[in-house]
Amino acid sequence: MDWLPTLWFVVIALLWCGYLFLEGFDLGVGMLIGLGRSTEKRKRLLLNTIGPVWDGNEVWLLTAGGATFAAFPHWYASLFSALYIPLTIVLVALIFRAVAIEYRGKAITAATRKAWDLALGLGSLVAAFGVGAMLALTTLGLPLNENGDRIGGAFAWLNWHAILGGVAVVAFCWIHALAFLRLKTDGAVRHEAGKLVGRWLPVAILPLVAWALLVLLDNDSGIAWAVMGLAVIALAASMISGRAGREGVSFIALGVTLLAGVAAIFTAAYPVVLPSTIDPAFDLTVANASSTAYTLKLMSIVAAFGVPMVLAYQAWSYWVFRKRLREEHIPDTHRVVSIIK
Amino acid sequence: MDALEIARWQFGITTVYHFLMVPLTIGLGLTVATLQTMWHRTGNEHWLRMTKFWGKLFLINFIMGVATGIVQEFQFGMAWSEYSRYVGDVFGAPLAMEALLAFFVESTFLGLWIFGWKKLPKRVHLATIWCASLATILSAYFILVANSWMQHPVGTKLVDGRAVMTDAWAVFTNNTALVTFPHTIFGAFAVAGGFLLGISWFHLYRRRKEGIDTVDANGYVVVGEDPNRGKNRDKTDYQVWIKSLRIGASVAMVAFLGVALSGHEQAKLMFEQQPMKMAAAEAACHDGTGFSVLSLGDITAQGATNCDNVVAVFEIPGILSYLANGDFTTEIKGVNTLIPEYQEKYGKYYPSDESFGQYAGQEINYLPVMEVTYWGFRLMITLGGLSALAAGVALWITRKGTVPESKWLSRLAVLGIAAPFGANATGWIFTEMGRQPFTVAPNPQMGGVDQVFMYTAASVSPTVTAGEMLFSLISLTAIYGVLLVVELVLLTRYIRGGVASAMPELEAADHSSSGGPKGPDNDDDDVLAFAY
Repeated sequence: MDWLPTLWFVVIALLWCGYLFLEGFDLGVGMLIGLGRSTEKRKRLLLNTIGPVWDGNEVWLLTAGGATFAAFPHWYASLFSALYIPLTIVLVALIFRAVAIEYRGKAITAATRKAWDLALGLGSLVAAFGVGAMLALTTLGLPLNENGDRIGGAFAWLNWHAILGGVAVVAFCWIHALAFLRLKTDGAVRHEAGKLVGRWLPVAILPLVAWALLVLLDNDSGIAWAVMGLAVIALAASMISGRAGREGVSFIALGVTLLAGVAAIFTAAYPVVLPSTIDPAFDLTVANASSTAYTLKLMSIVAAFGVPMVLAYQAWSYWVFRKRLREEHIPDTHRVVSIIK
Repeated sequence: MDALEIARWQFGITTVYHFLMVPLTIGLGLTVATLQTMWHRTGNEHWLRMTKFWGKLFLINFIMGVATGIVQEFQFGMAWSEYSRYVGDVFGAPLAMEALLAFFVESTFLGLWIFGWKKLPKRVHLATIWCASLATILSAYFILVANSWMQHPVGTKLVDGRAVMTDAWAVFTNNTALVTFPHTIFGAFAVAGGFLLGISWFHLYRRRKEGIDTVDANGYVVVGEDPNRGKNRDKTDYQVWIKSLRIGASVAMVAFLGVALSGHEQAKLMFEQQPMKMAAAEAACHDGTGFSVLSLGDITAQGATNCDNVVAVFEIPGILSYLANGDFTTEIKGVNTLIPEYQEKYGKYYPSDESFGQYAGQEINYLPVMEVTYWGFRLMITLGGLSALAAGVALWITRKGTVPESKWLSRLAVLGIAAPFGANATGWIFTEMGRQPFTVAPNPQMGGVDQVFMYTAASVSPTVTAGEMLFSLISLTAIYGVLLVVELVLLTRYIRGGVASAMPELEAADHSSSGGPKGPDNDDDDVLAFAY
């Protein structure tokens, strides 16, 4: 049963891929609403492209966290405690973001609506940055002692790896959101998003490539380089199809770029799940960080049933809401009036 | 305060807060699904209105549960890394299953429900709310399996200093979980019942106060309409509130019965599994059979009640034995008997081990904070009982079809919404603080120090500083405080808006804007039936 921890390493990598792919565009849409300049009608158009699906997308993060806890308790414990301050900030960002999505339309005054927009925009930005920083650090290393505990104080995690990972995910979310809006809307938004994607796509992917190269150069893995090659091909495909106006193909190809990029990073890092920058002997690996074969077997059975189910009904929900939205589709805001005299 | 104490405060605050939203989500979700089913079956307008109105309040509350739930899953690793390492092999599994099998269903199907009105076939749309609300119950099961394992570890053994799962069936059918699950679910319905009751009472009272509804000579309601306010105060509107009120009150009463019966089973188990928790709940210092009605104690300098100072003011003999064993004569062990037993079994001092930090080598206090366990237990029972009683009284008062025109009764009904929330919170505070000094309480059937159990003092993240913990405690508490106000303001506004706050089409004609999305050439299908 030696392959069980490896299987779960793959599952967790896939969960992160799913999270970045799906929540990637809704984090980006959040940033565009909250931090960009749009009319109220346009903001609501953007928000409603992710309205029915964003919460389901976010569960990928919870599942990645929960699965790490179950399958690699040491990885979960060391990573999450080492990143205490940044994860606190990510939590705050996710709280504000979630509440803002649901409550912004219920605001009465322009000032409160503006506050919710800011919460949504900053919340999305900070959450994307924090998740990126966390993933970069788990692939590039943290100062961990023998027990897997962070040493060096509250900010020992802060280095340019963290910033690179953060920027990589933020930039990806932004461009992914534009590609998504190009696919999901009609009218001016579609047109403008298309122009932006055409211009910025290669630049926006650059930090992600830099992070991947760092991990790949650090570890000798032929497979990882092959997967990375796939990412580059997908990126080219996304650019070409985007220029040709094939918005669906371009969006999917961009998604494949991300999936292959993240897969290359995890493949290169394997079998280390969290390197220690203090001493390679303290590295957490799939072998020393994992749960027992019994637990992994149980989880495998559950996942074999659960993951396909999730994919099926989430795909169905995207199918139900497949129509492009236009500004004319957005009904007027309904203002709640007290009926109490 | 040291890092451990701050981490405990944070866990307590974030968990109790999260659990304000959870029971309402569970109870109201199934209620809304049932209401929509009634509409689907009968086609009566009032069922649709009830679905929409209560559904709207459900969603305002649901999002807060989602937002604060992420904190729960992250903080085990963040603040309690040693705990996570120790228990991960067993405890992580139900958490991961909760996310994979329940949260995904809840979030995806709720999205479909919110945006799927008119878009999905009616029957399919109805199925989405059932999927979402049943998933909340499944989620409760998984999380209670995890918590029950901390109360009563089963299906596990100690390997290389860590708890390892040996029997998944035992973990997932832990008898503690099997009684805690119905207790919690019934508790959630008590919350939902009180919520329906209080809010409906308020609206019926307003209808009476404004002279819309009156009563005849025999006290029976004469339902009226206010033509100035469109359908928002028509006769169907009356149906919405009276039905909601009577359903809410009935649900609350049945829920209390369930809570009481399952609670009794739970208490019997707890006397076996964590005798110290129950002794502390009773402030039972000495062995005996009596149930304490009132005990008073001095708070010592350390802030913990010492058993020497507890004075039993009034006890009912035999009742404690009944709670524990179902008879009136068995002596129940008191704190003074239990402490030496725990010391003998699990040691008098914390091990001189690095993971205990400053607590290494110190004497273990096996007694939970008795003021909290004693009063927590009693507040839970009192608040739960009072709200059930109030629900019964409400059913009787409204038997002739409406509420009296009494301002203070209406205020009481609204205020009463808080009681079952309080019962839920105090119950959790009691059972979690009663488990101290353990995070994983030892299973008495499994022997001594070589078994699976864990001290809270050894659970915290070793190198996370008190400053970091304080940062998160302050930020989360401040944000939670602000968001609680926001949620209450929004709920109040939507409640005061009546059904029209969830169904704009009900408003009087001059309110609805002309033009808008429903132009003549616009196919209804193309316009969002709902939009943020």
